[in-house]
Amino acid sequence: MAYLELQGLHRNFGPVKALNGIEVQLGQGEFLSLLGPSGCGKTTALRLVAGFDRPDAGRIVVDGKDVTTVAPAKRDMGMVFQAYSLFPNMTAAQNVEFGLKIRGKAKVDRRKRVSELLELVGLGHAADRFPHQLSGGMQQRVALARALAIEPRVLLLDEPLSALDAKVRVQLREEIRRIQLELGITTLYVTHDQEEALAISDHVAVMSGGVIEQMGTPAEMYTAPATPFVAEFIGTMNRLEATVLDGAAGHVDFAGSRLQVDAARGRRTGERVLILIRPEALELEASTNGAVSGDNMLNGEVIAQTFLGPVTRLKVSGGLIADMSTARAAALPVGARVNARVPAEGAKLLSLPDED
Amino acid sequence: MSFALRRPKMSASAFVWLVLAGLYFLVPLVATFFFSIRSVQTNKCCSFAAYTAVVHNGDFWHTLRVSFVLALEVIVICLVLIVPTVYWVHLKVPKLRPVIGFLALIPFVVPPIVMVVGLLKVYRGAPSWFYDRPSGILAAAYVILAFPYMFFSLDAGFRAIDVHTLTEASQSLGASWPRTLVKVILPNIRAAALAGSFLALAIVMGEFTIANLAQFHTFPIFIQFVGESDPYQASAVTLVSFGITWLAMSSLLFIGRKRGGGATTQIAGAR
Repeated sequence: MAYLELQGLHRNFGPVKALNGIEVQLGQGEFLSLLGPSGCGKTTALRLVAGFDRPDAGRIVVDGKDVTTVAPAKRDMGMVFQAYSLFPNMTAAQNVEFGLKIRGKAKVDRRKRVSELLELVGLGHAADRFPHQLSGGMQQRVALARALAIEPRVLLLDEPLSALDAKVRVQLREEIRRIQLELGITTLYVTHDQEEALAISDHVAVMSGGVIEQMGTPAEMYTAPATPFVAEFIGTMNRLEATVLDGAAGHVDFAGSRLQVDAARGRRTGERVLILIRPEALELEASTNGAVSGDNMLNGEVIAQTFLGPVTRLKVSGGLIADMSTARAAALPVGARVNARVPAEGAKLLSLPDED
Repeated sequence: MSFALRRPKMSASAFVWLVLAGLYFLVPLVATFFFSIRSVQTNKCCSFAAYTAVVHNGDFWHTLRVSFVLALEVIVICLVLIVPTVYWVHLKVPKLRPVIGFLALIPFVVPPIVMVVGLLKVYRGAPSWFYDRPSGILAAAYVILAFPYMFFSLDAGFRAIDVHTLTEASQSLGASWPRTLVKVILPNIRAAALAGSFLALAIVMGEFTIANLAQFHTFPIFIQFVGESDPYQASAVTLVSFGITWLAMSSLLFIGRKRGGGATTQIAGAR
C-alpha cells in the first residue's frame, strides 16, 4: 500500500494550470524525485504536500489519512528549502532544536537529539555557529538536520542544492541519499537537474506543463523514455525522424538511408516514427573514401568537438551527436568525414503524428 | 605571495568634507554649551547654575516623565499595530505595500496644526479619559506622526529578510502563527523595530505644536516655557534633551550590534 498518495491534484494560478491532475503513489521509505524544467509544476506539487498551498481539486493522502486541508504546522512534514532558510537569530543547534521545543520534548532529550543529528550531517563541531558563520553547504546540512529532527512522516526537499557549487552539490546529494536510506524516510525531492535525480532516487517523475510525463526507476527513465519530452530531458538524445519502410523486417527510411531498427518491427508501413539513440550508443568511424561503407551507416562530417573529461562529444553534420573516448576522438578532428553506425538493437522508437 | 589587508586611506577632499560636516553639527552644540554655563549675574564664564536650576526644577522631571511615558505608549501601540500589519502585507498581500507606503506619507504632508485642530474637533465628545489626558488623544496623534517612521523602518527590516521562507520553515516545524512571529520574525527585525521605536521616541520628546494646542504639559512645552523666562536654563535644557536623544540612539546601536545573528541596523530617513 502506498504511503504517500497524490490523487488527481489540480492547481490553477489564474489562467495558468500549474498542476493538471497529477497522480503519485510512493511506498514508505522510498525516494521520489520530481524532475522538470522551470514552471513545470514540480515546486507547486511539493508546496501542496507541505501544506503551504491548497489544491483546487484532488487529495493528498499520507499513511491512509487525507491531509489535504491540514495546516502545514500540523502535517509533520520536514522541509528543506531552495533558499537558505535557517533562522538567522539562532545557532545551528538552536535551529535544529526549534521543532523539538515546539513538540514539548524534555531538554535532555532535545540536546541529545540535536547532537545526534548534527553528527549525522557532519556538523557536530559547528553547533554554536550562527548561520552567517556557515558556508552554503553547511547551512543546507543544518537545514536537513532541522527537518529530520521532528521525525517527519515525509521529508520534502525543494531544490536544496541549486545554490551550491558543483563539488559540494555532488557531495551533499550523496549524503542526503545516505541519510535517507539510513533513516528509511519517505522523501519527495524537487530538482531540475536530471543527473542529480537519476543519481539518488528510487523513482523519478518527469513533469512538463503541470502533468507527469513519465514515472519510473532512473534506469527505466534513461533507457526507455515514454515521450519525446522525457527523452529530451533525461540526458542527450539523437532524434531521427524516420518513416517505416517495412514493419515486418524493421526497416525505416531516414533522410534517404535505409536503416535496420529492431524497435520498428510490427510498426505500420508508412508510419512516421522518432528514433532515439543515446550519444554513447552511436559508433563513429573514419570514412576512408567519404562514402557510406556498410549497413546501418550514416555519413557525415565532424563539425565540432566538445571535451567533457572522460569522453569527448562529437557533433556530426545532419544533427548527430556521438560520445566517444577522448583518445579515439583525437583521430576524428573537425572536418573529418565519418560514418555513424546506428545500433539496430539499442535504438528506441516513438510514434509521430502522421503528416497530412 | 601574501596579501596584507590595509584600511583604505581617506582622501584629502573626503577628510575636508568630514571636518566641515563635523563643524556644522558641533559648533552650535559647543556654542549652546558655552552660553549655558555663563553666569546669570555676571554674564561671564563659568557657572553650572543653569544646570543646577534645571535638575532642581520639579517641572523638568514631571514633564520628562510625562513625555517618556507617552513615548513608550506610542512605541508600544505602533509596534502592536504596525509589525503584524507589515508582516502580513509582506507575506500575503505584497500588492498593498505601495498603498500603505502612500498612506504613511500623509502625516508628512498634513501640517500638525491642521491635524490637531481636526482631531480636537472630531473627538470633542469623547470620554474624558481619552480627551483630557496625554495618554489618550495626544498618544493617538503621536501614533499618526510616528507611523511613517515606524512603517518605513519596519518595511526595510522585512525586506532585508526572506519572510516567506522563514515563515514556511517555522510552520513546517510545527510553529503556530503567533510563535512564528515572536520567535522567528521579531528577533530578525529587531534592529528595524528599535530604529522605528527610537525615531518615535525622538518625535514625542520634541513635538511642540500638537501638545501646545491641545494644552498638555509635555517636555517640549517645558523647554519653551524655560526659554521664555531664562535663556541660560533654556540652553541647558536643550543640551540635556539632546543628550537624552543621543543616549537613546547610542543604545539602539549598542543593542543592534550586540545581537548574534549579524543583521544590520536599518534606520529609515527621518524628516
